[in-house]
Amino acid sequence: MNAATRFKLPPVVMPEQDPAERVHNVREVPLGFTPEMALQEAQRCLQCTNQPCVEGCPVGVRIPEFIQAIESGDYLAGIGIIKQTNLLPAVCGRVCPQEDQCQKNCTVGKAHRDVGQAVQIGQLERFLADWERENHTAVIPQIPSTSGKRVAVIGSGPAGLTVAGDLIKLGHAVTVFEALHMPGGVLGYGIPEFRLPKEIVYQEVAYLTRLGVDFQYNMVIGKSLTVDEVRKDYDVIFIGSGAGLPNFLHIPGENLLGVYSANEYLTRTNLMHAYDESSDTPILRGKSVAVLGGGNVAMDSARTALRLGALRVMVIYRRSEEEMPARKEEYHHAIQEGVEFHFLQNPVEILGNGEGWVTGLTVQQMQLGEPDASGRRRPLPIAGQTSNVPADVVVVAIGNDPNPLIPAALPGLQVNKHGGIITDEDTMETSVPGVFAGGDIVLGAATVILAMGQGRKAAHAIHAWLTRTTETS
Amino acid sequence: MNTIRKREELGPNVIRYVVDAPLVATHRKPGQFVIIRVTDHGERIPLTIADANPEMGTISLIVQSVGKTTREMAMLRPGNVIHDIVGSLGKPTHIQRFGTVLCVGGGIGIAPLYPIAKGMKEARNRVITVLGARTHDLLILEDDMRNVSDELIVTTDDGSYGTKGLVTDAIRSLVSDGNHIDQAVVIGPPLMMKFTSLLTRELGIPTMASLNPIMIDGTGMCGGCRVTVGGEIKFACVDGPEFDAHEVDWDSMIRRLGTYRTAEQVAADRYDHECRVGLDAGESR
Repeated sequence: MNAATRFKLPPVVMPEQDPAERVHNVREVPLGFTPEMALQEAQRCLQCTNQPCVEGCPVGVRIPEFIQAIESGDYLAGIGIIKQTNLLPAVCGRVCPQEDQCQKNCTVGKAHRDVGQAVQIGQLERFLADWERENHTAVIPQIPSTSGKRVAVIGSGPAGLTVAGDLIKLGHAVTVFEALHMPGGVLGYGIPEFRLPKEIVYQEVAYLTRLGVDFQYNMVIGKSLTVDEVRKDYDVIFIGSGAGLPNFLHIPGENLLGVYSANEYLTRTNLMHAYDESSDTPILRGKSVAVLGGGNVAMDSARTALRLGALRVMVIYRRSEEEMPARKEEYHHAIQEGVEFHFLQNPVEILGNGEGWVTGLTVQQMQLGEPDASGRRRPLPIAGQTSNVPADVVVVAIGNDPNPLIPAALPGLQVNKHGGIITDEDTMETSVPGVFAGGDIVLGAATVILAMGQGRKAAHAIHAWLTRTTETS
Repeated sequence: MNTIRKREELGPNVIRYVVDAPLVATHRKPGQFVIIRVTDHGERIPLTIADANPEMGTISLIVQSVGKTTREMAMLRPGNVIHDIVGSLGKPTHIQRFGTVLCVGGGIGIAPLYPIAKGMKEARNRVITVLGARTHDLLILEDDMRNVSDELIVTTDDGSYGTKGLVTDAIRSLVSDGNHIDQAVVIGPPLMMKFTSLLTRELGIPTMASLNPIMIDGTGMCGGCRVTVGGEIKFACVDGPEFDAHEVDWDSMIRRLGTYRTAEQVAADRYDHECRVGLDAGESR
């Protein structure tokens, strides 16, 4: 097939659960490609020699090569190519913002002047990962003889899992300490089942266990063990404890009954399965739910509220549609499912009844001014224009800060004013020798793939650090 | 791990377990708690570490069965395993030599009070303890508390044991009898903590209270346990559980404890029903 023919092929439309049906279940929304669909989509790749897509991928997955393998029907080779640089393809294929990364640079999309026309790299990555899992073909790579070095990874989120996977393959002994009773960090408690089935996360973790990674749950480092004890027993520490500290608005009424942080709302549903009525963990099932914020976490919360039986779900965001940081795909899914969007509205007070239950909120109408430090136009209040919105559950989804537990437990560790750990840009080493950090504890709340990218960098540097120590001792 | 070594009924629906948890046993300090999951599909609940034996690698947990999860826990026997135990969590109690420390405990709150009173005694304070119970049957740990106190007063609402009345009555008479108190610690039902702290504020006694809001993770990532202290939002699991009792917004905290009352009742009823069905099936065989 020549390039001109390939270029004319339209993108394959991924089948999805019908919106009217899916709001009543927690099953995944996109259903995945069939082999025929994957082939047809793979044929849209022009196999550019300069490979701009690879540059857009934070872990440098060799994209044209795995797409070529799909086209030739050699799925085993395809997944092998991905796994050389990405051990969590089933996750990344689903939750990466590809439109801002690999697919943003795709020549096909560029030529059409529409990123929506780009080759659907994420969906193809997902296809191979799902194929591997469903066919139980996961290959255990040959691992070199053990180095005798021990690495402690704090946190089993995307950054920690990447570091663990990379270092176990290099022959180091790796222990992952996780505070919760299940692995995955935000992949487990934050991203909902309908976007990322937990079974997939747990299977990716099971794969790392087969490679030899030791996972220890219910371990809060700084509490269960002191950081000094961990330092004594391990040659290197990697901190990947994430940005799990929820921000509140600090407006009146935030302690009313029915006001949740998005972290609590999502943890109750995803980690503790509160969507299942027979779960021991309860959740308030509001009829009218207001979600405050405009990021992916707000989209996840709003769509979760629908699945918990809400009749009306509103996303209240203080800027306009254009500034909204949520992924386009999630925004569209939310609209399809019936979520209402109230733009340029800033919550100023949460209202309650005499018994302390939420009844709604007062919002201030905003207009956009000049761009602020974030580059987005600053929302400014329009004097005298406020209104009331009724709600019996309010979910605050205005962002998280880095979790302070570990920094507080390690004196001498330098942090920035947001509580993020300061690291060397190239090696991810912190101000404490032998202690590395990466992911949201460094970046602030960012994305899964950026956390993995930092994990990758840290793993390289840790390997160099461990082997250098060996040579000098 | 997490194997139950000993089970002891302290009173109606109150059980003390001694459980293997070596890391918690060696790291915990008075005032700290654990989060447990009884089964692999259960909810996470906070329990104070009532005591610990680092040599044996065990901790004591005292549980009152009030709902589904605690009733499920009450069924456990030595040799059974608690599925998950995470800790020790929260900030330890601020223990120093204050002079005279008044320890006020009510109901099941006497369990978390015990290690603090013990710590205060070890820090060479004069410890005066006031324990309150609705009725004599419900009084727990009297002997343990006596062992770490210089003086112990028991009050019961119905006068079935000790002095008839409330803990606040006992505190008033202590002070009017000329006892100078440098620091008070209060743990018990929220209403009792509220009224005790209103009284100690009036009497000018600095007071710490250990709060017991709803928790999930216990590590500061959700804010489910948030309380207003001195006008600011605090997370009891990481900033507490102990706070200046005179700064706590008690009414808001008490209200928030009732968030899931309906759901809790449904879960407990369903559990009781299932147990009964299970028993009936067993008998008919």
